[in-house]
Amino acid sequence: MIEQLGDSWNYIIVIILMMTGLFIVIARTNLIKKLIGLSIFQTSVFLFYISLGKVAGGTAPILNGNPGTLYSNPLPHVLILTAIVVGVATTALGLALILRINEAFGSIEEDEIIAAKLNQSLARPRRPLDEASE
Amino acid sequence: MKQNPVFRVVAKILFAPIIMFGLYVQFHGDYSPGGGFQAGVIIAAAFILHAIVFGLQAGREIVSARVNLWMMVFGVLLYGGVGVVSMAKGGLFLDYTALTGSVATGQHIGILLVELGVGLTVTSVMLAVFHAFAGFVEDRAK
Amino acid sequence: MISLFVDVFLLVLLVLIAVMVVRTCNLYAVIVMSGAYSLTSAAIFVNLDAVDVAFTEAAVGAGISTILFLAVMAYVPADEKPSLNRNVLAGFICIGAGALLLLAVADLPSFGDPMSQVHQHVAPRYLAESGSALHIPNVVTTVLASYRGFDTLGETIVVFTAGLGVLMLLAGTTRTHRMAKKTGKKTASGVSKRVSKVLPKSTGKKV
Repeated sequence: MIEQLGDSWNYIIVIILMMTGLFIVIARTNLIKKLIGLSIFQTSVFLFYISLGKVAGGTAPILNGNPGTLYSNPLPHVLILTAIVVGVATTALGLALILRINEAFGSIEEDEIIAAKLNQSLARPRRPLDEASE
Repeated sequence: MKQNPVFRVVAKILFAPIIMFGLYVQFHGDYSPGGGFQAGVIIAAAFILHAIVFGLQAGREIVSARVNLWMMVFGVLLYGGVGVVSMAKGGLFLDYTALTGSVATGQHIGILLVELGVGLTVTSVMLAVFHAFAGFVEDRAK
Repeated sequence: MISLFVDVFLLVLLVLIAVMVVRTCNLYAVIVMSGAYSLTSAAIFVNLDAVDVAFTEAAVGAGISTILFLAVMAYVPADEKPSLNRNVLAGFICIGAGALLLLAVADLPSFGDPMSQVHQHVAPRYLAESGSALHIPNVVTTVLASYRGFDTLGETIVVFTAGLGVLMLLAGTTRTHRMAKKTGKKTASGVSKRVSKVLPKSTGKKV
């Protein structure tokens, strides 16, 4: 039982973290909280990749010239390394969008933004289109 | 935070070593953990520390928005340029062996240049993003 | 064995921080906790032999990302408002999806298995050639810049484009903002005003 748990312990934690991130994204209305939820989700995917790349008894993939050494798989490391930097760049883009949304609607709460948006569309003048249809 | 002497002195002492460390990470990436992505972020962190302590205006005087934008573009162009040069020398796109003809030196030079391009782009993007966020209200009011 | 203990401890710590993030309403606290989350995951990456990734995560996730969030906090309210009552629905979706994923865990290779498919494809070639042909000890650098150079070129362009996007959104260099400045109007939402200004004309022309 414990053997089996040790074999898939990392994957179980990854799934718990992933679902926590998903929960934040769905249940919370604050946009900043949602972005942090996304980054938790993202980090859980990183952990999943790195866990797959681990070789038991291996070491970091920096060659030491010793032919008998066992190394972990470098490929997931490369993929995740670039993904982290791209992740922060896209997070920055999301934050920029949040700032502009805050400027336009005066709120970063999802429900308030939807309400403000609804008010805007109700208050929008419809005259030119109505004239056109007549 | 400009008034607090502790912040001021610590920022001045740390500024150069952080950049040194960034350059070490950049150019020693072949032999130890590191490379363009990490080095770019570390060097940007030095400038961000300076901007946090001495104010955004001082930070923008060191690295102006125009220089930053050019560095961003230059990094990507350097990366792509290495690929184009290797094509011009008869290899495939980003085939560094074609740069000099031998595997060892060609790959070394190619990886160095490419990592430099990545480092430049990441540094200037992170710095530009920080400046844009920190100066959001002032910039809009202008 | 000790490595397994460290792994278990850090992963439990990670889950605790994530749960705290869900339960906390003060956004400053949430941001600092997400920095701690990144740092803990960097420690886990070291434990899993991914030193380059740990380095990046510590510098980017715990450093720059936290700073950017804090910079944004200067402009938005510090507290999250009590949200819509969607907890039950969200919890239901997450537990359902999580249970399905847990079923799939049985099909994954066991943790650290050297014979799993992941380690049989191209990785042995990278590890063998990087030392003998390229003479570069750090295999991650070799794969990043040479074997998968196209990949990294794409990632660099993504970072570049995201940076440009942020500058366009924030630095006041958008066309709508310049137009608003030219006409002397200080509009809060330049885009919607401009759209409403342009739309009637164009529909009128069509008719």
